[in-house]
Amino acid sequence: MDLNIFANTGKLFRFILHLDRIRIPLWIIGLALFTLIVPPTFENLYETQQDRDAIIETMANPAMTAMLGTGDLENYTTGAMTAHNMLLITAVIVGLMAILLVTRHTRAEEEEGRIEMIRSLPSGRLSYLNATLLVTSGTYIVLALFISLGLYALGIESIDLEGSLLYGAILGGTGLVFAGVTAVFAQLTENSRGTIGWSVTILIFFYLLRAITDISNEALSWLSPLGWVSKAGVYSSNNWGPIFLMLAVSLVLFILANYLNSIRDLEQGFIASKPGRKYATRFLQSPIGLAFRLQRTGFIAWAIGMYILGASYGSIFGDLESFFEGNEIYQQMLQQAEGASIAEQFIPTLMIVISLLATVPPVMAMNKLRGEEKNGRLEHLLARAVSRTRLITSYLILAIVNGFVMISLSALGLWSAANSVMEEGLEFRMIFSAALAFFPAMLVMIGIAAFLNGFLPRLTHLVWMYFLYSFFVLYLGNLMQFPNWVGQLSPFGHVPEIPIEDATFMPFFLLSIIAVGLMLISFVGFRNRDI
Amino acid sequence: MNILEVRNLTKKFGKFTALDGVNFEVGSGEVFGFIGPNGAGKSTTIRVLLGILKASEGEVKIFGKDAWKEAVEIHKRLAYVPGDVNLWPNLTGGEVIDLFVKLQEGNNQSRREELIKKFDLDPTKKCRTYSKGNRQKVALIAAFSSDADLYILDEPTSGLDPLMEQVFQECVMEVKNKGKSVLLSSHILSEVEKLCDRVGIIRQGQIIETGSLDELRHLTRTHILVETKQPVSSLNKIQGIHEIEETARGLTFQVDTEELEHVIRHISQFGIIKLESAPPTLEDLFMRHYESKDKVEGKVSGGVH
Ligand SMILES: Nc1ncnc2c1ncn2[C@@H]1O[C@H](COP(=O)(O)OP(=O)(O)OP(=O)(O)O)[C@@H](O)[C@H]1O
Ligand SMILES: [Mg+2]
Repeated sequence: MDLNIFANTGKLFRFILHLDRIRIPLWIIGLALFTLIVPPTFENLYETQQDRDAIIETMANPAMTAMLGTGDLENYTTGAMTAHNMLLITAVIVGLMAILLVTRHTRAEEEEGRIEMIRSLPSGRLSYLNATLLVTSGTYIVLALFISLGLYALGIESIDLEGSLLYGAILGGTGLVFAGVTAVFAQLTENSRGTIGWSVTILIFFYLLRAITDISNEALSWLSPLGWVSKAGVYSSNNWGPIFLMLAVSLVLFILANYLNSIRDLEQGFIASKPGRKYATRFLQSPIGLAFRLQRTGFIAWAIGMYILGASYGSIFGDLESFFEGNEIYQQMLQQAEGASIAEQFIPTLMIVISLLATVPPVMAMNKLRGEEKNGRLEHLLARAVSRTRLITSYLILAIVNGFVMISLSALGLWSAANSVMEEGLEFRMIFSAALAFFPAMLVMIGIAAFLNGFLPRLTHLVWMYFLYSFFVLYLGNLMQFPNWVGQLSPFGHVPEIPIEDATFMPFFLLSIIAVGLMLISFVGFRNRDI
Repeated sequence: MNILEVRNLTKKFGKFTALDGVNFEVGSGEVFGFIGPNGAGKSTTIRVLLGILKASEGEVKIFGKDAWKEAVEIHKRLAYVPGDVNLWPNLTGGEVIDLFVKLQEGNNQSRREELIKKFDLDPTKKCRTYSKGNRQKVALIAAFSSDADLYILDEPTSGLDPLMEQVFQECVMEVKNKGKSVLLSSHILSEVEKLCDRVGIIRQGQIIETGSLDELRHLTRTHILVETKQPVSSLNKIQGIHEIEETARGLTFQVDTEELEHVIRHISQFGIIKLESAPPTLEDLFMRHYESKDKVEGKVSGGVH
């Protein structure tokens, strides 16, 4: 092979490191902190075998397996508990990080015309891609070591060196696999939104595939790279097989990305964009129509995704039902709430995950306003007869409708799938109200995004920090036994757990008031600031 | 010796033929102007020259090397400035210049400083905050501070103010005097006229004319203004005369340059008081090519073949 196609990869490697000198360390530190604060808490909270037995009871059911993956419940030490509760979710976040990092230096750079500049210099055809892959690989090696040694350094008995190394290696390996997936989609799609969209779809697909196979037929989970995360049996059987699988898969994907890159033209993809209409439809000729048109593809993709997510969770209700039927201890333990069947008790837990995910697309829809502003495209509208209020209102309405559609579709998905697998179906009204109970909290998140768009346009991503906080405290809230106020700092912490709790009016009302207030204030900010 | 040779270059994007048998060459020490309407295929040609796009057919040689296969070797002696310069928003102009120079393995610090001063660029600002012209300056400084033998410039001045345009022209003259070659694609015809030794006109993916400006001028019309003692008669019967107009200052018309002698002989019969002639500008040349072809073929430029 002609080595010239890799010319100057080394210099570009250093250049990309320089570009990401803050971003990458932040990711690594964030992920390490997220991981390292958990085991000491577990160690304190679940000291005695009795404590542990209690927690094992709540873990040993299909709903939990669908969410967390399989764990070593026989021997639920602090290490095994950490791996069971944390490793899969951290792996998903690492996958997301890989997607963002790789897209940023592949399709996004290309789309902006910067790869053209690099390619006009004496650098090889494949140099930038491989420099990116090298940086990513380096990042994951460092991440793996950092987390492994960090865990080991906690000095907890059940967290031994081998398990810790495997824990880190699983995270690094997952990162490499999704770096590979993204590198391939960066060749296939024509723009960075497509790259991110397709790669995230694959990530979620693997998560759901693992969820469904983990409870129906565990052997089939080997089909999903995210299934390998639990298969490694970190801190119990310590199986290194998945690591080799991950390395092999990512190597194949890296090679495929290189091959695809070498046979295509710059700024082209394989999934070609097709020509569109000659004239704008009536609908497109208004700010809200334009705003929707720009988000249409993403909206449809998310809508389908949310339905599938709901349906995947719905499909476990059959297993849940039969699981509890033969289990008397459970029936006694969980039969506290009136009116709700045992299976239904898991609805709030699932709804938290669903509603948090359903909050992502509306917040993105709101932040699109800032995206358009940054690209200087709002000027085209504001220079014409479009008022600023009309503009921000358009985006706000779209975000609110978006949120409503997403949460409703996932409820519909959950209900329809559950009905098809259960003997006695779930009531649609109950599912729908359990889902809609989260809508005001979602409105608050949209309101915060609007507020930031109005007043602090440079800090619009702060809403994601708040989102992550909400996710963290809700996801780990029960397990880590945080004080109440920690959960209540997030709007999602105020949502009544339908059907276990009754729907109460006050939280609904207060959250809505806060949301509307934030939205109204955002108008003032947006009207009075520089664009 | 030819620095750059393009033979029968064809480039297809799917079914669409963007370049259709393009031929031209650029000699050593020559400034070659590359002009044509929007969507004609200038940038596409240039990207093939840079080895960024792969030719569907034909042969492209730079420094005698294949533009696709030996891109890296070629690029060590080549500098490129695009019309739409996009830079890394978080880096400063100075950092970007250094990156480009480093990749080129050049290290001409004094030249870099000199150009930054000349182009009046603040290299400590983040690229995010640069105006279009300033981003273009970054690319120009990086290009001209390298010791390239061939400069490929694709509408390099579309964002520059007249003062900077002047500086740019000086830079081009300077490299030309050093015996380097330049390929300049531009819509600013006065710039092309001033700088270029030869010009190629491309339209709908085909080169329709190449040659020195003088050669091309023969293909076009000269503007004439005359005042005569007696009114000129039967002018419109003479071949090669166009757009006759009576004005207060006299009679104006355009003559096909090859018919000039013939026409002057005719009007001299009527007693010339005043005769002014203006050589055809590149703009006339350009206009004439597009107008006439459009009329004949009834096509819109950039259309599908
Ligand atoms: N990637 C592509 N896919 C399909 N068609 C393309 C692609 N790139 C360019 N074209 C088409 O090829 C033709 C030539 O484009 P090119 O950019 O070379 O024009 P140009 O002469 O540089 O125009 P301008 O003066 O506007 O810069 C255009 O019709 C354009 O639409
Ligand atoms: Mg162009």
